[in-house]
Amino acid sequence: MARRSRIPATKYPVERRTLDNGLRVVLAPDRSAPVIGVAVVYDVGIRSEPEGRTGFAHLFEHLMFQGSENLEKLAHFRHVQGSGGTFNGSTHLDYTDYFETLPSNALERALFLEADRMRGPRLTEENLRNQVDVVKEEIRVNVLNRPYGGFPWLKLPPVMFDTFPNAHDGYGSFDDLESATVSDAAEFFDRYYACGNAVLSVSGDLDIDGAMELIERHFGDVPARPAPQRPSFAEPDLTAERRESYTDPLAPLPAVAAGWRIPDPVNDFAGYLPYVVLAEVLTDGDASRLVERLVLRDRTVTSVGGYIGFLGEPYEVRDPTAFLLQAHLPPGGDSDKVMRTIDEELDRLATDGLADGELARTQARMATHLLRDTDAVLGRALRMAVLEQQRGEPALLNELPRLVGEVTEAQIREAAAALRPQRRASIEVVPGAGA
Amino acid sequence: MTAQTVKKLPDLGPTKKLKLPKETERKLPNGLTVLAIRRPAVPLVEVRLRVPFGRANLARAALLSQTLFSGTAEKSTVEIAAELQSVGGGLSAGVDPDRLMISGNGLVSGLDRLLEVLAEVLTGAAFPADEVSTERSRLIDRIQVAQSQPSHLARVALLKRMYGKHPYAVQTPEADQVRAVRPAQIRALHGERLHPAGATLVLVGDINPERAIDAAEKALGTWNGGGKQADLPPVPELVPGPLTLVDRPSAVQSSLRMALPAVRRTHEDHAVLQLANLLFGGYFSSRWVENIREDKGYTYGPSSGIEHSEAGSALIVAAEVATEVTGPALLETFYELGRLASLPPKDEELEQARQYALGTLQLGMSTQSGLASLASTYAGSGLRLDYLAEHAARLAKATRDDVAAAAARYLAPSQAVTVLLGDASKVEQPLRALTAVERA
Repeated sequence: MARRSRIPATKYPVERRTLDNGLRVVLAPDRSAPVIGVAVVYDVGIRSEPEGRTGFAHLFEHLMFQGSENLEKLAHFRHVQGSGGTFNGSTHLDYTDYFETLPSNALERALFLEADRMRGPRLTEENLRNQVDVVKEEIRVNVLNRPYGGFPWLKLPPVMFDTFPNAHDGYGSFDDLESATVSDAAEFFDRYYACGNAVLSVSGDLDIDGAMELIERHFGDVPARPAPQRPSFAEPDLTAERRESYTDPLAPLPAVAAGWRIPDPVNDFAGYLPYVVLAEVLTDGDASRLVERLVLRDRTVTSVGGYIGFLGEPYEVRDPTAFLLQAHLPPGGDSDKVMRTIDEELDRLATDGLADGELARTQARMATHLLRDTDAVLGRALRMAVLEQQRGEPALLNELPRLVGEVTEAQIREAAAALRPQRRASIEVVPGAGA
Repeated sequence: MTAQTVKKLPDLGPTKKLKLPKETERKLPNGLTVLAIRRPAVPLVEVRLRVPFGRANLARAALLSQTLFSGTAEKSTVEIAAELQSVGGGLSAGVDPDRLMISGNGLVSGLDRLLEVLAEVLTGAAFPADEVSTERSRLIDRIQVAQSQPSHLARVALLKRMYGKHPYAVQTPEADQVRAVRPAQIRALHGERLHPAGATLVLVGDINPERAIDAAEKALGTWNGGGKQADLPPVPELVPGPLTLVDRPSAVQSSLRMALPAVRRTHEDHAVLQLANLLFGGYFSSRWVENIREDKGYTYGPSSGIEHSEAGSALIVAAEVATEVTGPALLETFYELGRLASLPPKDEELEQARQYALGTLQLGMSTQSGLASLASTYAGSGLRLDYLAEHAARLAKATRDDVAAAAARYLAPSQAVTVLLGDASKVEQPLRALTAVERA
């Protein structure tokens, strides 16, 4: 058997600049297709929203699409789509992103649109009430009107964490959403949407000098405002196991998810990366440890998944975060038994190590996923923006397949050994639908 | 606002001409068509194998797709998966009423190995009893979960209304049907239907197209050329009638679904209908989305799109709306359909939709996976990517009158088949104020 597939890498050139007003810019030219990805990432997310305002970071993201200094409501959408492009935004634990993919002849237009809302969104009572309604429908679609809504990303954090920033529901309660005011929004913008707190990233069909000239033209006059001090969200690790359960009235079958704290993704990347690989060793495909054992052999679960962070983005999250496993069980399934088997498999991995070729094939598949993520101009722009924001290191994008490939068996065993039951938080879904 | 200088929206740069990728094509003696496209952006390859599978037994076909990689005479499930993984690869299978699709990707250095594994399962999948039993239970559990999802229930009800006795009327098997499937039946279905005749393999990535096709021929050239084909009858015309109300007690949202007539990709109205759909609800900056989301706040992600299947096409309108505004949301939907079917659109909204249609064509071809899926989908309609040049030309020259005529023909709400899944005790009366209602 071949010892390992050679892990290939990308060589996207990455240019970093900072404007006089403090806005950081990352450019990655690639002229293989006539398209561009534009992303603006602000260093504020779910963890930064104030108590009594759960869901506010996300609600505010919606408000950033409701018109800005020179643009009426609806204008942003129409200008992007009327240029042949697509757009969206999303709110994460540690950042909020706004982005477009467009034919490259629309580069200047996209920069104009992002600069305009960076100077200031139009915050009105009418738009706020409208978007509170829209967000409530979003929560109904994704959480309240379907089985397993919010499992585990909204359900496990309150078991695992004790402080409001880490534990609260990031989609928000309807009460909190309805209590939000225009002045809350203005304050949130003032505090967090400073250009010193943002990164602009453009990838694709561009040349650096031409793009920088356009960026200066449109963002150069955004008033300089410094980034707020980012508080520490650190919490001590668990010293005793925590388990909770809840009844999901729409779920027909049981499910369980467990999380363990892991090293700081940014300040201890070398200590952290083995956990990212371990998640794949355990759950990537039919040849992975837990799929083979739980799904194929024991048949105690119908599916099992492992990943890092509640939103599943290992390279876009800060401390504290978690290593997560989740499983869906057959009718009458026993989640205690599933957890015991997981412990047993982690022990086996820590004690006996990996089979010949097991790590190398997992790393090869991870390389494919990483390369595939960055094939899309937007995937590249977004990842580089966050890597710049959280690490000052956007070119890490080119290095990730190699770094993943350098994780050793000893590191995997050590990571597996650290996932002890007494450090674990878990949440069980009790099926409430007539089964 | 304050007395700032008003800034003007920058003009677009010169439009770049649509550049279509070169498709290299070879039909193998066993009937398999291989299409290869070089896009070297990342050192990967994307694989799509599409095999005609119309009229196959639903439960057996679903289980076949779930067990195709569950072992051969020589290898176990785990060995197959490990071998794919070792070249950074992964393959999976799925079925719909038209075709079985195997899709995947891997490091381009592993293309030969990927194709060999593909050939091994295509010719030698063993469907071992144990593995079939495992996958059968998993599939039954998944069906049970799907039946608690409003989107699934609404779709099931809509298909039943749209298609009557046509095979498309039911597209997912019942748990009991799956429970009854035996390995021998899957093997028989494999023998009968999983053949290269009429199948298309698409390879896209950092490849030399001729050499990639050679590799495909080497691996798949001996794949059995026999087997039977099944033709689907054309879909029946939609029969409008009362709204079908499906009760989902205490649902906090109602799932609104409508079907309207549409034409195939090869039809001369295809491009103008695409534009008419965009104007109505086919993208965010459409009348319907701006109305029921951005003005009224009734919903989060309403959408309308044209679904093309082998036996026919349909325009599907879908929205999840708050229970208490179910009636008003239906009213606005009728209104926007009716307005577009009755009055010509404005120039600027047509221009905006046209640019969107043309631009997203470029975006869709800008990744290996996007290109592979596009090439495979078009091949399923008997088309090649060069058809997109023709399509783009039609989009470019469509006039307001053309779009108005298409809207009148296809989007008139009087032709709609409408289904609503929701809490009947709360929504039935408001719906009856607007239209005739029958309970499912």
